[in-house]
Amino acid sequence: MQNLFNYISRKSPIHELTGATKLVCLLLWTFAVMITYDTRILIALPVIAFILFGISKIKLSDVKFMIGFTLVFMVLNNILVFLFSPEHGVGLYGTCHQLLPLWGGKYLTAEQLWYHLNLVLKYLSSIPVILLFVCTTQPSEFAASLNKIGVKYSVAYSVSLALRYIPDIQKEYNDISKAQQARGIEMSRKVSLVKRLKSASTILIPLIIMSMDKIETISNAMELRGFGKNKKRTWYMARPFTKRDILSMVFCALLLALSIWSNVSRGTRFWSPWM
Amino acid sequence: MKNNAVKSIVAIGIGAALFFVCGRFIAIPCPIPNVTINIQYGVLAFMSAAFGPIVGLLIGLIGHALIDFSWGWGVWWSWVFSSAIFGFVMGCTKKLYGLNDGEFGTKQIVRFNVSQLIGHIIAWGIAAPALDILIYAEPASKVFLQGIVAGVSNIVTTAIVGTILCVAYAAARPKKGSLKEE
Repeated sequence: MQNLFNYISRKSPIHELTGATKLVCLLLWTFAVMITYDTRILIALPVIAFILFGISKIKLSDVKFMIGFTLVFMVLNNILVFLFSPEHGVGLYGTCHQLLPLWGGKYLTAEQLWYHLNLVLKYLSSIPVILLFVCTTQPSEFAASLNKIGVKYSVAYSVSLALRYIPDIQKEYNDISKAQQARGIEMSRKVSLVKRLKSASTILIPLIIMSMDKIETISNAMELRGFGKNKKRTWYMARPFTKRDILSMVFCALLLALSIWSNVSRGTRFWSPWM
Repeated sequence: MKNNAVKSIVAIGIGAALFFVCGRFIAIPCPIPNVTINIQYGVLAFMSAAFGPIVGLLIGLIGHALIDFSWGWGVWWSWVFSSAIFGFVMGCTKKLYGLNDGEFGTKQIVRFNVSQLIGHIIAWGIAAPALDILIYAEPASKVFLQGIVAGVSNIVTTAIVGTILCVAYAAARPKKGSLKEE
């Protein structure tokens, strides 16, 4: 089975951090990126992110595909924003510096370009960190870390079950799909859209019925082993925090605090040289 | 009740795995390049109808977040929450079509589709664009158009895939009242 979540096992300080630490850091970091449009912070974050990427010993070639995909997504999103609202930046920043006339009496403004720069920076600040998390955290440790940061263990266990059964369901899907294709089910461009959806359903029905049986079997097995009897449980993959874990979390919490402070102290999320 | 709790946990796990596999690997080609049809919402609607609002909510949340993680572009929280909201709405109306009673005729099909319509409108017409504006400060016209396109395509796929799944599943269940004490 292909390695879905792209975990890459290497020896590096980032790999050695516990899963819970990385999850907390990821959440703090992405929230910090999400809430601010302060360009000064958005320039600093990608720099730190790329340094961390270097420390993790994950090579760019390892994540080439995902980066390419995300960049396409980023470009498309920017184009869409621009086409729909070429003067969006003016509204956000409250100033207007016209550069070039566009269609319908609208102008290409410096503020709009500035807004797009910020959007791109936002992507650049979050992509490396997310890739870092995905590449350096073992999926089975992920569920344990969810529990550690306070998610109820039943929900964490659901996540762990999902991760465990994705390859199984994928394999079953492939088997059923081949069997149905042998019986003449067509899912390619040759037939109409509604027909394709109906064909997909003929594969999904056996898959769903099998999954419902599976739910029955697994829940019975868990019941027999006394799952859910106690308020707490332990995790095979859980590890205690070390000094380094605490330091990383404090660092990311400071980033979030900086981002919040920048918003609150100036009374706005946005920052531009003209303000 | 205790049995139900364990079953819900498993249903969330397996449901999220199904949602993930359908969303990530089953690409049905569509006339517009680079756009694939999301049949996972048909599956989500079905699972919520069978197991209720909390299960639906968490399948949407976990399944969608895992898909986003596996692509590596970061979790687009506004849309992840919208998937969760859709699952929740479908689960809330569960009683209206009694999927587990083994009956899924015209009346139930109509009810199912009306609730999925409402669910999708709340999720993609209201929640997703509103959260996009709030979190990402994107232009309103753009996010509403994206939401509407996604919503319409999801309504169509849920109407076809979800309905077929429900009918097939109900047919495989014993009918309510089919056993009588003598």
